[in-house]
Amino acid sequence: MAEVKLFRTWSSPFALRIVWALEVKGIEYEMIYEDLSNKSSMLLQYNPVYKKVPVLLHKGKPISESFVILEYIEETWKSKTPSLLPEDPYQRAMARFWAKFGDDKISPLIWEAFIKQGKDQEEALVAAHENLKYLEVELRGKKFLGGDAVGFADLAFGWLANLVSVFEEVTGVTLIDHEKFPLLLTWMQNFMDAPKIRDTWPPRDKLITKFRDLRETLMAKEPK
Amino acid sequence: MANTSSTHDVKVLGAWPSPFVIRARIALNIKSVEYEFLAETPGSKSQLLLQSNPVHKKIPVLIHRGKPIAESLIIVQYIDEVWSSGPSILPSDPYDRAIARFWAAYVDDKFFPSMSLIKSEQGEKKAALVKQVTEGLVLLEEAFQKSSKGKAFFGGDRIGYLDVAFGSMLGWLRATEKMGEVKLLDEAKTPGLVQWAESFCADGAVKGLIPETEKLVEFAKLLAARMKGRGSS
Repeated sequence: MAEVKLFRTWSSPFALRIVWALEVKGIEYEMIYEDLSNKSSMLLQYNPVYKKVPVLLHKGKPISESFVILEYIEETWKSKTPSLLPEDPYQRAMARFWAKFGDDKISPLIWEAFIKQGKDQEEALVAAHENLKYLEVELRGKKFLGGDAVGFADLAFGWLANLVSVFEEVTGVTLIDHEKFPLLLTWMQNFMDAPKIRDTWPPRDKLITKFRDLRETLMAKEPK
Repeated sequence: MANTSSTHDVKVLGAWPSPFVIRARIALNIKSVEYEFLAETPGSKSQLLLQSNPVHKKIPVLIHRGKPIAESLIIVQYIDEVWSSGPSILPSDPYDRAIARFWAAYVDDKFFPSMSLIKSEQGEKKAALVKQVTEGLVLLEEAFQKSSKGKAFFGGDRIGYLDVAFGSMLGWLRATEKMGEVKLLDEAKTPGLVQWAESFCADGAVKGLIPETEKLVEFAKLLAARMKGRGSS
């Protein structure tokens, strides 16, 4: 009977953050896969407010929202290295800042660039690049946002390493180019190859199919 | 307490109406940290703000020993961690901390955005928003009952992280009730929160920071007029 359970889907980037945290720290856990079109009564019971994944269940107590879960993991398994957050309060604030920035700014803009076409797509890309510049600067002199090892902010942005190439293949558009974002692309590769992380990637062909279908559906709904 | 003359180690860039700025100030008050409050002029952004928060260009920004920190809840956690000898803002137990963080994020992601729209909507849209907000308050009432364990605050005997995160919204909550001509915080549905709101606003660390309803209503009208004046070009 596992003390730690993680409710996830096969592809959710938010749930993957938790998979990465647990794997990187070597915490034993049981995975419970959800079908979001047919949510289990357990999921609805454990996350009644949002009814989403990920949900971490520890000793029967549920925690939702990926960043909240990451902080919980960090605080509960203090002795398990690597630490996801640095010791210094200012560095911790910076890690949290970049993580939040990713979800507030980068994620919605990359998504816009993915689902739109033509001029709308161009505009979304320009805005995405404006914001990605900050990340490019942050990576100067560092292998990971967390320094030598993967940290909180890396886990927050990990979805880029996973999904950007999928989005690029589906749209036929380069979203993050080597000229403007050499450090970011290197980071994406380093993250993908990091031990414990590299075995967690959802199957690429399945992702391509999923996002191709999703894009078609969303584009069909767009007013002409 | 704000001290504009001697202490420059800690500065807060902000404006009086912003609930997010209020959070940072309450947190500093809890720790009895003196700070300089640098008020931004409405309608313009100072050089200091643009330099300290180039990514978002928003308030609040905490500047501590020359280093800027942005995002209100991140600032509150920073304050809790730096001034660790003062009263704790976050609970000590990791699970309680997770619950506090969850609901604080809920306030920012769901509660506040819906509530802010009420004053400028009518008819069906308004009714839907009011429903969302009142349902949200019922959830927060449940959270309060669980978290307070019979005490006055989400944090127990003293105000804590979730008190600060949610309580900072009370000024705008009341202003929204007035402008939208709706009752949001209801004795019948959320008795615990009604009592909590009073206790929160009277707390030593909070006193004087939650703006008067009339002042916020006036400010909202000014803001709306300014927006209109800019036109939709």
